[in-house]
Amino acid sequence: MIYWSIFLAFFIPGILGYGGGPASIPLVEKEVVDRYGWMNTQEFGEVLALGNALPGPIATKMAGYIGYMEGGVLGAAVALFASIAPSLFLMLILMATLMKYKDSMQVKNITKLIRPVIAVLLGAMTLQFFMTSKESTGSIQTIVLIVASYWLLEIRKIHPAFVIGLALAYGAISSFI
Amino acid sequence: MVTEGKTRGKGSGVSGLKKNADIFAAFFRVGILGFGGGPSAIPLFHREAVTKYKWMTDDEFGDTLALGNTMPGPIATKMAGYIGYRVNGIIGSLVALFASVVPTVFLMILLLGVLQQFKDLAWVNNMSAAVVPVVGVMLAVMTWDFLKKSGESLGWMRAVLMTIVFAILLEVLHIHPAILIMGILIIVLLPFKKRGGTM
Repeated sequence: MIYWSIFLAFFIPGILGYGGGPASIPLVEKEVVDRYGWMNTQEFGEVLALGNALPGPIATKMAGYIGYMEGGVLGAAVALFASIAPSLFLMLILMATLMKYKDSMQVKNITKLIRPVIAVLLGAMTLQFFMTSKESTGSIQTIVLIVASYWLLEIRKIHPAFVIGLALAYGAISSFI
Repeated sequence: MVTEGKTRGKGSGVSGLKKNADIFAAFFRVGILGFGGGPSAIPLFHREAVTKYKWMTDDEFGDTLALGNTMPGPIATKMAGYIGYRVNGIIGSLVALFASVVPTVFLMILLLGVLQQFKDLAWVNNMSAAVVPVVGVMLAVMTWDFLKKSGESLGWMRAVLMTIVFAILLEVLHIHPAILIMGILIIVLLPFKKRGGTM
């Protein structure tokens, strides 16, 4: 049943994504692209790009959109519920108890030890995006776009929404020349 | 410490409506202004919950954030859901979540829908192809961010070593990340296991 698949696809990243929304991106990709095959890497990239360009939490924008694509409004609701509810519920239930232990080594260690896992997953995804781009637009264009967008985003500190707008414009124009 | 007292004042009638309207306005602003994902919206949460509406003190906000960070899942919705709950119970929690999530999901569906419609045109296809390497760069920056934080909190030797081990497990042996993360949780939380207190 599609709603059950949608629930699982977003429940697992929601409950394992230590480090906020961005940490759950590679976990969502694993479910949505590798496991359920609802979209390919490039389509996932579009969702991620637009998600990054728009305001608001990234994890829920992805969940809402992908849920909607697979199961309509109800699918979107299921995906949002699955990514939000479990961790929020944990937070409400454990707030009082955990407050006492928030300085405990064990609780602090969880986030610390899971960070390198997320780093590996993000690194693998980065590579996958570069390879996809190389296949569809060629090495030279890919390198130009990588260098240009790195310069704009990280050195000039231009807003991601604007950089993504520029990339879209570049893609459109380059097909007419 | 967080006082749970405020949740008792579950608003009824006019004051409840006013509270919900405030909650909606606060989290709608956070959702629609927080470019760059949940974590970048944290200062906006602070401005609404502490500075503007005085729903919690600075220290309480800090505690909430610290605890939210130790738990899995998106940080923005944990903050919104919890603060909403403190202000006006379950209804407040739902209003806060709705206000911070739904408007941007709606925008997303609308814009991507338009893009899909014209997907067969070559130039539209090129547009989305050109975005792929940009997303790659954003992911690369995030990867570095996570690595850097690991290096700072675990020490670089240990962080690099762990990253290599995890990379082999995930990418060479193809172990599902869920299993790896569960494994780490179990090892960390096993109470009888003696942990070196230096981490």
